[in-house]
Amino acid sequence: MINWANFVSQVFNGVVLGALLALISSGLTIIYGTLGVLNLAHGAMFMLGGYAGWVAYTYTGSFIVAVIVGSVFVMLVGVVMERVVIRHFYSRPHEDQLLVTFGLGIVFVETVRFFFGSLSKAMPAPPPLLGITSIGFMFYPTYRLALLGIVAVALIALYIVLYRTRIGMIVRAGIEDSVMVDSLGIDVYKVFMLVFGIGAMAAGFAGVVNAPVVSIAPDVGESILVQTFVVVVIGGVGSFPGAVLGGFVAGEIISVTSMFNPGYSYVMLFVAMTLVLVLRPYGLLGAAGRE
Amino acid sequence: MRSRSPLLIEALTAIGLIAAPFVLPYLGFAPTTMSRIIVWGLFGIGFDILFGYTGLLSFGQSAFYGTGGMVAAYLLTILDIPYVITSVIVGTIVAAIVGYLVGLIALRRTGIYFAMITVAIAEVFYFVEFNPLSEYTGGENGLPGVPTPTLPLGFTTIHVNTDWSLYAFFSFWYFLGIVIALRIMRSPVGVILSAIRDNPLRAAAVGHNIHGYKLTAFVIAAAYAGFAGGLLGVMQGFMPPDAFTFDTSGQLVMQTAIGGAGTLFGPLVGAAMWLYLSDFFQNTLHFGASWKLVLGLVFVLLVCFLRRGLIGGIADLFGLVTRRRGVVEAEPSEAASPAGASTNANNEKKIAPAAAPMPVRRESDTFSGPILEAKGLTRRYGGLLANSDIDFTVSRGEMRGIIGPNGAGKTTFFRMLTCEVEPTAGKIIFAGRDITGMTVTDVCQLGLTKSYQVNQLFARLTARENLTISALAERRGKFRLDLLRRLSKIPGLAEQVEHTLALVDLTGRADTPVAALAYGEKRRLEVGLALASSPSLLLLDEPLAGMSPRERVEMVRLLKSISRGRTMIIIDHDMDSLFELVERVTVLQEGRVLVEGTPNEIKGNAAVQEAYLGGVLAA
Repeated sequence: MINWANFVSQVFNGVVLGALLALISSGLTIIYGTLGVLNLAHGAMFMLGGYAGWVAYTYTGSFIVAVIVGSVFVMLVGVVMERVVIRHFYSRPHEDQLLVTFGLGIVFVETVRFFFGSLSKAMPAPPPLLGITSIGFMFYPTYRLALLGIVAVALIALYIVLYRTRIGMIVRAGIEDSVMVDSLGIDVYKVFMLVFGIGAMAAGFAGVVNAPVVSIAPDVGESILVQTFVVVVIGGVGSFPGAVLGGFVAGEIISVTSMFNPGYSYVMLFVAMTLVLVLRPYGLLGAAGRE
Repeated sequence: MRSRSPLLIEALTAIGLIAAPFVLPYLGFAPTTMSRIIVWGLFGIGFDILFGYTGLLSFGQSAFYGTGGMVAAYLLTILDIPYVITSVIVGTIVAAIVGYLVGLIALRRTGIYFAMITVAIAEVFYFVEFNPLSEYTGGENGLPGVPTPTLPLGFTTIHVNTDWSLYAFFSFWYFLGIVIALRIMRSPVGVILSAIRDNPLRAAAVGHNIHGYKLTAFVIAAAYAGFAGGLLGVMQGFMPPDAFTFDTSGQLVMQTAIGGAGTLFGPLVGAAMWLYLSDFFQNTLHFGASWKLVLGLVFVLLVCFLRRGLIGGIADLFGLVTRRRGVVEAEPSEAASPAGASTNANNEKKIAPAAAPMPVRRESDTFSGPILEAKGLTRRYGGLLANSDIDFTVSRGEMRGIIGPNGAGKTTFFRMLTCEVEPTAGKIIFAGRDITGMTVTDVCQLGLTKSYQVNQLFARLTARENLTISALAERRGKFRLDLLRRLSKIPGLAEQVEHTLALVDLTGRADTPVAALAYGEKRRLEVGLALASSPSLLLLDEPLAGMSPRERVEMVRLLKSISRGRTMIIIDHDMDSLFELVERVTVLQEGRVLVEGTPNEIKGNAAVQEAYLGGVLAA
């Protein structure tokens, strides 16, 4: 049934989903921009965050601990993954990097399946955020509202790290030209490791905070990965603002289309991506030469 | 792919497929597993042409596998058409058409963009199959009741309905698939696909429409996928909807990497390994659901340590065993390169007759006016003015030199002339035709090409193959679909390649891979790549750069020998060599023409001295 209230709430859902996609895609895009590696295990990072958070929650019962544990755990996974595997792939062809990250993604998913089974796990929202809230013209689940705020804070934090700190300056310089950064006497490998950690953490954080909305299962990362790709193609590879813009565009397209027929949400996403590819081949905010 | 003994690979494939039922069951392969391997192998042939040979890694092949399978199954079950093979072929055609349309979008970008777009597109197919089209595809139930084939032979009718007869049926199609694929890879198109994998920019610069060829590879891969999808339905008696899942694409990619990409047989070997291990882990070791975890680990380790997959690993092992013989073979060629320099002097006599001008073939060769005219050529990069208002004319048969201090805009000027970079303003007229805004491929086809300042070779191919790629563009035009034509059937190709090899003095090293060539040899091959397309105007961007004094002498001699009957423009910093070669010199400074004249005039010109040495006269 399409009515005004329904439409507004779907638009709102789109904003929430968009913010989430923006955060996850930022992680993917800064990793790609700096290291030149497209991490096909990024969806698995999102999933790992959810599970790590869920485990922490079942032991402590604290949502905040869950969020911290989930993010830090995934960051560590990212750092170890960069240090042990990815580092040996910088000089190898793009195809090999895709293959190895794809394989690692499967290993992560199957490891989780091995320990926790295929059934989905639910993590409740923290008690103060349960229920629904009236926002003047409509009622909306409180946690989703809070989620929008949480993700917005995370995006702003990422923005501050990238644009207002020394390390962020180095990362942005690395996106433009990592060889040059290296020759300026900065240890790029350390930067790479850090960026991989931060990028993974963005996905892991999103995985935990989204767990109260969509229950977690070993393969939740798969569809997220696909949506992230579309976001990055729309926004432009290697562009943080592009990932944010693309995230909101994709979130709205998915939500609003779902109102009419969920089966077409991917089709519309794809139509949008094709339009961008035809009209602006490097993405809305991307620059040439970053592939 | 060596074709030392023609059809050897085909014969071995046939023997292997016939022998398999007598051997593999003892290793624990059930006939249905073998059929399954064959179908994956067939699916993978097309994918390997796309990934292993052309270098395009698609994670979306499930879209075509599913499409081909669903169309065939729909015809056979819902429309109740009794012709199994016809239906599968219709499915293949539909998959190929869909592949063409998808390729138009996905191939707008390369590398990781291409991989991401294929993933996204395949996901769309999955959702469309499940939702909007579920009426036709059975949604999550798939299409049950796909019949087994019957082959009416006139006197009798064969019912292919036992496990072994199905294996024979699939093997036949696999064999046909391999024969066609081998034929394609030995055709000019196959060689060009390998060139695109190695160096797409140069493949375009020597005159091939690489987008067209990539699309060709994409459609071939889609057709193979569609055909295999059709057979999948026949094999199972049911078309499963999970053919469309991302897992299907992923499994194909993994199997191909495990078996070895770029071998055509890699996917078959990988599928055998995959299905055997999954059976073994589940049924013998009772791993339960964790079999996929173990396979994932195996895959990651393989990608890390065995870059070329099982087939590559076996080939390397074979190479180790037969190393002694290899060393003996390598020795003389190794010895030949230092000696090459001293024999070069003697070779000059041999080169000279070979350097006769090529037969006239192009319009640009008969044009009588100035061969190249640039008017007001300007190129701006943001605030930087790389070239400003350059007027430049070269007449036919001239040897022109361009000099200028670093940053004078020489390379930008060349890049504009060959249409790699579009000028911000100005016009380029080549043999009376305005070429401003054309592509580098079209300009090369017209007879204007360049050798690069930094070598742009096809690194994994041999010297001969490199030159063949360039010569093919001139012989066949920028795009032609002669998929089943043998390279040796192209008139004049072999002669042209031999002739160019002799010109650049690489005849003795013709079958050496580029990676094993010395720098000076690579440099000569770089010039050879430009020469092999018989250009009427050849641009050389610092042909002497980075060479030892002896290599320089050789290169100057080479350039002199090829200059006969050609028009050439040479950029170089080695003025002694350049002034010896050319008739006129243009001096660029800060993006403008400073002065133009004969070498002697330039040597004595005060402005030139000042540009290079900075105020000599003032001091």
